[in-house]
Amino acid sequence: MNIITRVQDSLYRFFDGDVWYSFTQSKTTIIAAIVTVILMLASLLAPFISVHNPFDPTNLNLMDSFTPPVWSEDGRWAFPLGSDDQGRDLYSTILYGSRLSLFIGFASVAFSMTLGVSLGLIAGYLGGSVDAFIMRVADIQISFPGILIALLIDGLARALLPGESHDEVMVYVLILAIGLSQWVNFARTVRGSTMVERNKEYVQAARVIGVSRLFIMVRHIMPNVMGPVLVIATISLAVAILSEASLSFLGVGVPPTQPSLGTLIRIGQDFLFSGEWWIVIFPGITLAALVLAVNLLGDWLRDALNPKLR
Amino acid sequence: MIPLIIRRSYQSVIVMLVVALLAFTMFRYVGDPVAMMVGQDTSLEQREAMRVSLGLKDPVPVQFARFVVNTAKGEFGISYQLGRPVAEILQERLPATLELSLVAALFALFVGIPMGIYTALHPQKWLSNAFLTISLVGISLPTFLIGILLILFFGVLLNWLPTFGRGDVVMLGSWSTGFLTGSGLRSLLMPAFTLGMFQLTLIMRLVRSEMLEVLLTDYIKFARARGLSDKAVNFGHALKNTLVPVITITGLQIGSIIAFATITESVFQWPGVGLMFIQAISLVDIPIMSAYLVLVALFFVIINLIVDILYHVVDPRLRVDGNGAHG
Repeated sequence: MNIITRVQDSLYRFFDGDVWYSFTQSKTTIIAAIVTVILMLASLLAPFISVHNPFDPTNLNLMDSFTPPVWSEDGRWAFPLGSDDQGRDLYSTILYGSRLSLFIGFASVAFSMTLGVSLGLIAGYLGGSVDAFIMRVADIQISFPGILIALLIDGLARALLPGESHDEVMVYVLILAIGLSQWVNFARTVRGSTMVERNKEYVQAARVIGVSRLFIMVRHIMPNVMGPVLVIATISLAVAILSEASLSFLGVGVPPTQPSLGTLIRIGQDFLFSGEWWIVIFPGITLAALVLAVNLLGDWLRDALNPKLR
Repeated sequence: MIPLIIRRSYQSVIVMLVVALLAFTMFRYVGDPVAMMVGQDTSLEQREAMRVSLGLKDPVPVQFARFVVNTAKGEFGISYQLGRPVAEILQERLPATLELSLVAALFALFVGIPMGIYTALHPQKWLSNAFLTISLVGISLPTFLIGILLILFFGVLLNWLPTFGRGDVVMLGSWSTGFLTGSGLRSLLMPAFTLGMFQLTLIMRLVRSEMLEVLLTDYIKFARARGLSDKAVNFGHALKNTLVPVITITGLQIGSIIAFATITESVFQWPGVGLMFIQAISLVDIPIMSAYLVLVALFFVIINLIVDILYHVVDPRLRVDGNGAHG
């Protein structure tokens, strides 16, 4: 079979399948999907649809700071949603900020998924003391909330890294911290299903003909345990975006020169009392819409992939 | 029961030792403790003398043992930034966090459980739909955003409630309480609501799904067939069995209330240990960070222990085998 017919075939199966059907049946899910796609496209296309690049200081003029949104009295079309304390156009900053938030979200989920799935496969397939060790660590970690673990890793990284390099590496520190705080969910689920798959005949057959352990885990077992992983990944994305926003809000996330949505809300909080509400409200709405949409998609995916509910 | 408690306590001690090891490693190897404590003009001899007097020259296992003993006595060293014993700072700030967490937890429980029961018993009514919509928003709105919106609305626009701090406090011995003054209580409202909101939605959804499941079981149908009143069936039979998982999850949630308190305290400038921890992170104040770590771990371990024990008390099925070895 050549590539094109294979793609056609899988596309056809997807649109004809249960998952697509249940998608078309739920209005909420369709709206959530549309919102998610719009926000993701908007953040991807940020350089083309924004007014200016808010991360480039040459574009900014302090005289423009605290411009209210365009529909209020002093509003100007150059700043559709108003501007912040440094004269950054809020609309552009939100686009670039969502970009950063989504990037950190996706990257940290990819990281925790890789780590969690690998450890889950190893623990479930090998069993014994390896399994006991990994699961003990997971047990201890899961009894602490993720945000606290992320805070701690973040704080340690700050202490270990020299001061001047903070700003550049902070994004990666955040990915690491949020990723490490979430691997347990993946590992537990994958371990459970791996222990079931391990005893099935196809795995035994592969073992008998001498396939290596690594190959069995990656090519035989992994494809069969990925369904629930997809659900956890979607929900983790929402959690990761929230964690990033919370850390940035607390002032231990991305530097203020490259504001994510959380940083923007933090900046805006200082000006709440002087009446500049738009600096908080618009990034807040964007963040809430994004997280709500992703959460709804995750909820739907969990029900759609659950064979018990079909 | 007793063997269970002993076994769980043993596990808890191991967890605490792991956490202590982590805190010790942080304290000992992240940055140089002596360099953080002394000024620029301290001579090398003085630094060396300090190193000896602090015991940093002893073998590492000895240092760790000393660290564990000191921690158990509540001595966490001296804060790099404030120059005061960490234990003293903790004692000042702990009441604020505990009072806030307590009120938030009670709010989440006493509002969340009835809301969950209502939505399960009357799934078709519009109020149930309203509750469920609110809960979805409650899960998606980040804690800090809820807090900021409250501040904007009740603090800035309406000017009804104070927007930061604890208000006036009264000292009861060494415990400072905000429960006894009007301004203290008014200051507590918004932070407690913010902190409790997320837990409230979780508890409500959990009670609802558990209750819906229980209502479908045979013994409920049988109870109805016996002609028991709705009230007796719903509250006597169904609710009781719903509460078992609710206790576990709620117990663990109380732990995360303390964790999320860091965010709420930071929004409302609440002078508790969470705000202290955030400040310590941005200032790299390792003794405070490790003390907070140990303290929070202790809370979690104790809560987990209580939850495990409660679980056995509430669910008779777990009590059947005398030694509880398979609990």
